[in-house]
Amino acid sequence: MTIHVGSAASLYRMQEHPGLWPHRGHVAAVGIGHAPTMRRWDERTETSVGAWSIRAIRAAIEDAGVDPAEVDGLALCEDTSHGSPWPVGQPPPEGFATMYTASADPLDGLARLSAEWLLKNMPELVNIKYVVVAPICMSAVLTAAIQAVGDGLTNVCVAVKGWHNFAGRYAHGGANAQDTVAGPAKWLNAVAGPPIYRTAVQFQRYLHKYGKSHDMMAPFVVNSRANGLLFPEGYWAQHRPEPITVEGYLDSRMIAEPANLLDNDLPIHTAGAYVVTTAERAKDLRQRPAYVLGHAGVGVADNGSWGPMRSNGAVESLEDVEEWSAATGRRVYESAGITARDVTFENMYDGFSLFHVFHIEGLGFAGIKQGEALDLFQTDISIYGPNPVSPSGGNIGGGRARFWNHTDTIQQIQGRAGARSITAPIVTGVSGGWQAWQCNAIVWSPTPG
Amino acid sequence: MAQQSPVPDELDRPFWEACNDDRLVLQHCAACAKYRFPPEPRCWACGSDRLPWREVGATGTLYTYAVVHDTPIASLKEDLPYVVGVVEIDDADGVNLVARVRDVPLDAVPVDGRIAITFEPTPGTGQKVPVARSAVPSS
Repeated sequence: MTIHVGSAASLYRMQEHPGLWPHRGHVAAVGIGHAPTMRRWDERTETSVGAWSIRAIRAAIEDAGVDPAEVDGLALCEDTSHGSPWPVGQPPPEGFATMYTASADPLDGLARLSAEWLLKNMPELVNIKYVVVAPICMSAVLTAAIQAVGDGLTNVCVAVKGWHNFAGRYAHGGANAQDTVAGPAKWLNAVAGPPIYRTAVQFQRYLHKYGKSHDMMAPFVVNSRANGLLFPEGYWAQHRPEPITVEGYLDSRMIAEPANLLDNDLPIHTAGAYVVTTAERAKDLRQRPAYVLGHAGVGVADNGSWGPMRSNGAVESLEDVEEWSAATGRRVYESAGITARDVTFENMYDGFSLFHVFHIEGLGFAGIKQGEALDLFQTDISIYGPNPVSPSGGNIGGGRARFWNHTDTIQQIQGRAGARSITAPIVTGVSGGWQAWQCNAIVWSPTPG
Repeated sequence: MAQQSPVPDELDRPFWEACNDDRLVLQHCAACAKYRFPPEPRCWACGSDRLPWREVGATGTLYTYAVVHDTPIASLKEDLPYVVGVVEIDDADGVNLVARVRDVPLDAVPVDGRIAITFEPTPGTGQKVPVARSAVPSS
């Protein structure tokens, strides 16, 4: 069978006034699958990022109740880490080559993940006819799958995102250990240091502009970890069921002040997958459909994929961030045919926690305007209150996966979020990510609209 | 300056050569008539490839900053904690660059304060990099 490799760029709605999504209510998520989580890979073949991606896909297909032979589309991200390079000179573990069929890259399935590798090692996926490779965030992968189903490019599509995390401190080796720097890092990372710097300085300007304090983030981070501890698939619930207290947050050591350690998400080793299909096919499957009413965001077409917005400088200004966040909100509501008042809960990206401030102000969640997110955090933002903020717990509550927000949203809509179930009657929920300058949001509903 | 030495490439060599001469230069789009930074082969706004380098005054305003207490970059560790600022360059259409900020107390970094850009060598190759200094003594 011929496999068509699609362009990711054509699948995102990045323009102003995108109009009502033509596939509104005609696409649904119907299956969820997760691999277990680890802090770091234990160097066993059967827990490699490839192995766990296969495990997540199989679990999602089983959860949906579709025959694997029905799956005809695959959306994925080939990059599986930002800061955990394969150790130079280290061979793949013994047995990897015998347990799995390799692609041309011997590190495929270990330090990256290609469609070729997955399909060589998932013989049950006999009818894949469409593949799309998306940028590094599950928001991008899932949106690509949703749009591809809507466009008729695939009827039953799997969206998968794997993350590896090797031994050693994250991002402390490789190029960061050298005394010279080449490439884009010379303008920002090599000068500043920690990855959270970029967001920390935007947040610093935010505090200056609105007269707020970093301490006001505490309820958000506390709430996120609390929600994450109710997420049985997440890292913190599985391995370190430690709540964060306000005092613990305020005492946490600074990384790039005003951002502290607990504003950072924890890199982990895991994989997650979803099954997306048409509303028609979803009718008689195992799970209730979580219908998509629309999606939209900001970004630019970049070499056939979806890239970040551009700013005039080494760092995006707060004004840029606020403008783009507002654009995501405005566009996704127009796409879904709703207003902010119709959003019952939100699960926007949070790894780093400070992103969340900009995202929910852009959405106008709970009626807030720019400069008011920290005030909202001082109210009841729990799953039991009127304005559930990040009921998934996000990356802060579950570890750096960039998919807990989507899993929770789908589960809330399907009525199977378990202990995290929000008490407010659900009209719609919004999930999305990742940074304000490259963001896509999805509006989900229990009904097709 | 405890910082990785930037290795100039074909595109950004004029910027780094100017740093070594204690001067600040930026690309200026001939079509948009706007300064652009970091260097690009084409203007991100209009697509023009006419981006000649122009010298600009090495002064600006501290737009924002962070006090860095931990870093994964080995060469930065010896200076911890340090201040890294985002400096909006005067007369350059809002262009900002990121630079170490010298001579400011960690607990009183002057947002919106005036900045003078100077240039300091890095240990790896001796390549100079921009460094921000508060142009108004803090009280």
